[in-house]
Amino acid sequence: MKQFQNLIYGLIACFSFAFFSVYAVANDSQSAKAKSDTELLVALTQVKLKQMNPLLDQIKSSQAQTALPIFKTLLEGRLYYVRSGKHLIQMQKIGKEKHYFELESATALPHLTKKLVKKVKLNNSVRRYLRSAIAELELSHPDAKIRAAALQSLLSNLETNLQVTIEKRRALETDNKVIDLLDVALNLYQLKQSESAALQIKAIEQLASRLEIPVKNQLTTVAETSPDPAVKQAAFDALKEIEHSTNRYELVDQLFFGLSLGSVLLLASIGLAITFGVMGVINMAHGEMIMLGAYTTYVVQLLMPNHIDYSLWVAIPAAFMVSGLMGVIIERGVIRHLHGRPLETLLATFGISLILQQLVRSVFSPLNRQVFSPSWMTGSLEINPILSLTLNRLYILAFALIVFFALLTLLRKTSLGLNVRAVSQNRNMAKAMGVKTGWVDAMTFGLGSGIAGIAGVALSQLTNVGPNLGQAYIIDSFMVVVFGGVGNLFGTLVAAFSLGIATKFLEPVTGAVLAAIIVLVFIILFIQKRPKGLFPQKGRAAE
Amino acid sequence: MTLINTLFGQGKNKLDSRQQPGQKTLPFVAILVISTLLACGANLLLPESSALYVSTHTITLLGKYLCYAMLALAVDIIWGYCGILSLGHGAFFALGGYAMGMYLMRQIGDRGVYGDPVLPDFMVFLDWKTLPWFWQGMDQFWFAILMAVVIPGLLAFIFGWLAFRSRVTGVYLSIMTQALTYALLLAFFRNEMGFGGNNGLTDFKEILGFDLQADSTRVSLFAITAFLLAVIFIISQYLMNSRMGKVILAIRDGESRARFIGYRTERYKVWLFVYSAIIAGIAGALYVPQVGIINPGEFSPINSIEIVIWVAVGGRGTLIGAIIGALIINYAKTRFTALFPEAWLFALGGLFVLVTLYLPKGLMGLWETIQAKINKPVPEAKDEMKTGVSS
Amino acid sequence: MQVKNLITSLTLVASSVFSINALASDTIKVGVLHSLSGTMAISETTLKDTVLMMVEEQNKKGGLLGKKLEAVVVDPASNWPLFAEKARELLTEAEVDVIFGGWTSVSRKSVLPVIEELNGLMFYPVQYEGEESSKNVFYTGASPNQQAIPAVNYLKDELEVERWVLAGTDYVYPRTTNKILEAYLTSLGVAKEDIMINYTPFGHSDWQSIVSDIKKFGSQGKKTAVVSTINGDANLPFYKELGNQGLNSEDIPVVAFSVGEEELSGLDTTPLVGHLAAWNYFQSVETDSNDEFIELWRAFTKNPERVTNDPMEATYIGFNMWANAVTEAGTTDVNAVEQAMIGQEASNLTGGTALMNKNHHLSKPVLIGEIQDDGQFEVVWETDSTVAGDAWSDFLPGSKDLISDWTAPLKCGNYNVQTKTCSGKTL
Repeated sequence: MKQFQNLIYGLIACFSFAFFSVYAVANDSQSAKAKSDTELLVALTQVKLKQMNPLLDQIKSSQAQTALPIFKTLLEGRLYYVRSGKHLIQMQKIGKEKHYFELESATALPHLTKKLVKKVKLNNSVRRYLRSAIAELELSHPDAKIRAAALQSLLSNLETNLQVTIEKRRALETDNKVIDLLDVALNLYQLKQSESAALQIKAIEQLASRLEIPVKNQLTTVAETSPDPAVKQAAFDALKEIEHSTNRYELVDQLFFGLSLGSVLLLASIGLAITFGVMGVINMAHGEMIMLGAYTTYVVQLLMPNHIDYSLWVAIPAAFMVSGLMGVIIERGVIRHLHGRPLETLLATFGISLILQQLVRSVFSPLNRQVFSPSWMTGSLEINPILSLTLNRLYILAFALIVFFALLTLLRKTSLGLNVRAVSQNRNMAKAMGVKTGWVDAMTFGLGSGIAGIAGVALSQLTNVGPNLGQAYIIDSFMVVVFGGVGNLFGTLVAAFSLGIATKFLEPVTGAVLAAIIVLVFIILFIQKRPKGLFPQKGRAAE
Repeated sequence: MTLINTLFGQGKNKLDSRQQPGQKTLPFVAILVISTLLACGANLLLPESSALYVSTHTITLLGKYLCYAMLALAVDIIWGYCGILSLGHGAFFALGGYAMGMYLMRQIGDRGVYGDPVLPDFMVFLDWKTLPWFWQGMDQFWFAILMAVVIPGLLAFIFGWLAFRSRVTGVYLSIMTQALTYALLLAFFRNEMGFGGNNGLTDFKEILGFDLQADSTRVSLFAITAFLLAVIFIISQYLMNSRMGKVILAIRDGESRARFIGYRTERYKVWLFVYSAIIAGIAGALYVPQVGIINPGEFSPINSIEIVIWVAVGGRGTLIGAIIGALIINYAKTRFTALFPEAWLFALGGLFVLVTLYLPKGLMGLWETIQAKINKPVPEAKDEMKTGVSS
Repeated sequence: MQVKNLITSLTLVASSVFSINALASDTIKVGVLHSLSGTMAISETTLKDTVLMMVEEQNKKGGLLGKKLEAVVVDPASNWPLFAEKARELLTEAEVDVIFGGWTSVSRKSVLPVIEELNGLMFYPVQYEGEESSKNVFYTGASPNQQAIPAVNYLKDELEVERWVLAGTDYVYPRTTNKILEAYLTSLGVAKEDIMINYTPFGHSDWQSIVSDIKKFGSQGKKTAVVSTINGDANLPFYKELGNQGLNSEDIPVVAFSVGEEELSGLDTTPLVGHLAAWNYFQSVETDSNDEFIELWRAFTKNPERVTNDPMEATYIGFNMWANAVTEAGTTDVNAVEQAMIGQEASNLTGGTALMNKNHHLSKPVLIGEIQDDGQFEVVWETDSTVAGDAWSDFLPGSKDLISDWTAPLKCGNYNVQTKTCSGKTL
């Protein structure tokens, strides 16, 4: 509370200082009131960062209508001004290029160039202020969803002066979800300010089922500091209840993390499950196929800078083609000649992986490349205040499963799949039956590499796109395939998810490094017990 | 008698030349010994201005190459002769190196930057109060050397015993050895492990009281390495030409057959694996005082793959080939990384592809072919190199 | 006869093939020991180019002591033993007068015995964990008290942070920095349960659980910040995960010590906007000398978009100081140059001057910047005056009594003020 007071004093002090500077700028004004609206905005371009918040406060109170769009533009870092006239404008990024528009009318200002304009500076404390100010202004937004979101963000820092606004809103509100949240806010006020134990306990009872984090924090404070034992006990019980459901959701969260890691492992290893599992080629260049896919994404985004949101849809087939083609070239050029010598393919493909890495380094520089995330992949799906699933992981999980089942269908239902299986099970017999084994080999290897390329597109959304990208996944992919059982796609699926989940459940207990070591040692021991993995392929010729 | 036969590479006991091309042990050992002596003499006796002077830098480099050669020999013994492709031999090498590194670390005594008489610098720095149990006794040279042999040997025994008994073979085994070295890499990176984390062990001062920076110590280390390489080479050659060696070759070419004949193949494999790991451990122990640092990077799976490449380039199944491969590639690496850092990886990668495609027997195989052409205008029937591991 | 020939040629081959052919000796040789391949090439290639550019500029000014400078570049290939080997090669075969090099701590540790044995001179331009002071090395990057401690002060005073997450990659720099910070925070009265320490392996890419832990840790009503010593490639996935889990820079700011303009140039900075970094230099600082430097650099690399960063400035300062010291000493002799270096001043690119102290560390200003969406930093805070680099931290029990002073009469890198001895000296 004391801090809060200090803050107010500080604000007042800054306020007067900001006023002073505003007036100093506007020294030719006769009637401050008349010009103040534009003056205030012009001041935005001139004040120091420390005086920004009081100035914004002033803008908020004097012109609530225009403040909201300006604040939003500022928060997004799109508020600029023309250097010469201190005239505020907005910037829109179209692709990589910046374009400038009038603030209100949004008419284009094509004559402005980078040199003529400057960005209105802001820092974290300004951003924080903007967020809460916007939330406050949006409390009466016509869209109930936006009202709810605004209220959510206000809850974490519930200021006393908002109580009246919230009470007014509560009287008008019709949307049930928003009403719930408003009640939470009012109950929190009650809990904080009420002198009566009965009222406090009533508030606690109503808050007991809420998962919002500020509720938990407030209850913890009450449970620790309340002078009344009854209130203390009530808060304590409520906390217990909250704790209970929190734990349940955290378990779900952890499971999701595991599934997500599993999906990454699955994507990274299904390509290998084909080149290594079905064809028996120890493909050390598998990681580089993934890398090529990621670089393809980068190139696609370079070619279509204005359509980042759709770039991935183009990148997926493109990456499949690029990596697949490279796979076919490798198979025809090298691996074909090493048939039946699996350990030699290891050496040759390792050489290829070195060449590909260096090639990428020479073409794209050793620095990591910038791959953008489409807007629909950022953020998270909020299920409740504790449980939210990040969208990019969710999409990748779904994508991994789609790719997996598409591949499975391809191998089971198409003639190519039939041929692939025939060749992998008995090459000579297949040949005798008229299957073009050479062609099938090339296609199989191309397919495996192409899928690795697709994995690269997905990974470019999670990690760095650089020459070492492939190296980071190669060992994990081999582990997954071997653990699942070479030649068994379902084994790969099960292995990827079980390893992912195991790692994620171990991590909080042991730390990330030890978790990785434990999983590796487990695989080593497991393979000693079952040398052919989880699901050994049956019916193959004995050694 | 057998030993002499082995040395001269001829006699009644001579093995099928298909598997043992050109094993001229004596000439090789002689060249090794003579060039070592020459290099040592040229460094110690000649003045620096002399054209024939060999700098200490060169001596250290040569010493390092010989350690790598020993490591390549270790891999060749199990891969070339027994068909076990280990992608984790770097682990045994590094473990041997760490044992030696721990000894050298303890030898620093209170000359570390913090002046602590017992704890190595990195422990003071992490605020540890006492020496962990596994550092006890490492201040004794004999104990450290023992550990440099026992630890890799023990690990190889446990791993081999588990793996070979349950008949994990071929590709699976290779991937498992890779997992092994990768797990150790991650473990040694952890600072809590007490091996200095990413920085590893460094800043060594002396070995057995000899200043590590003195020319004479460096030359001696180099000479010892050369001597041990020669000894291990002779022993291995003897072993491979013995009855046991024949069984091992039989296992390589047809493990099931060898088993059905009545040999306990897994026992042969386990002991050979242990023997190979011990050689790798010795190589590591010799490597550390010469390069002056040991860190977890040595465990990296890429390093282990590189060793296999040396053997493949030199020619597997021939001990000389492994040594020559290690020497040539490392020399080329030293030279070319300085001259063309960009193109170097292209060349290295291309080399692997070309060697596997066109020289399945490596340089030694090429040498054989050339010799055969010179000696007999009509070449013998082409014999395919069998890998021993069938798919 | 034949044998003799063979021996002669063998030795000849041995001695000639391993040496870098020394050119005419009327140049001053500058060794460059930065990895051009391997994992560290990403960062170090830039510094190699910086040294080459500085050499070129110096030659345009007529070289030093009437001689031209000549750069000798080798590639230690991100391989730590190779650093020692190449350092020996530079000093004994190429006989360089000075070496600019190193990035990781382990590379410096690997070179150290060699450079001390052969009495070479090295400039190390990267922020590091301190706890070292060698007669033969000048440390022009920041030590923890020039980066970590000012950053924590900023968070505490300006952003009123009360809870701290110290997250780092598991190697010596984060370990030491976090130990120092932990001791420092405790000395400020921060409770143990308000500090969370977390280590991850190199290149860690799955940050889900850790970020969710940070989220939990930060949602207990107290303002929380993350002090990140996360290295290189692990950063992008970390920041992405932060953004996706909805932790923005206003709620939980992250201040990083290893994220600079060069690292940012490889990523989409939208999710990073508002997060912080503490350095001694930012490209965005507008001074004449900085503009000139950026111009020069872009012309040298023939890339108009190329960014500059803090280790480049450290190289710039180190090089200029070395050039001045050589001129002052009138020789490139290591002992003379080493003494002339102490007290040497050179202008910073961000204004003001840097001073080389008796402990071979610099006094430099400390800046804190917020990441912008164009991959640059906006300076939000800076120290009033320069901060002198500490070789030995005052917050570690092992080193609080140690000082470093390379001037007479002490001439010791680790002098214990309690026992009045110079530990580690053999003679």
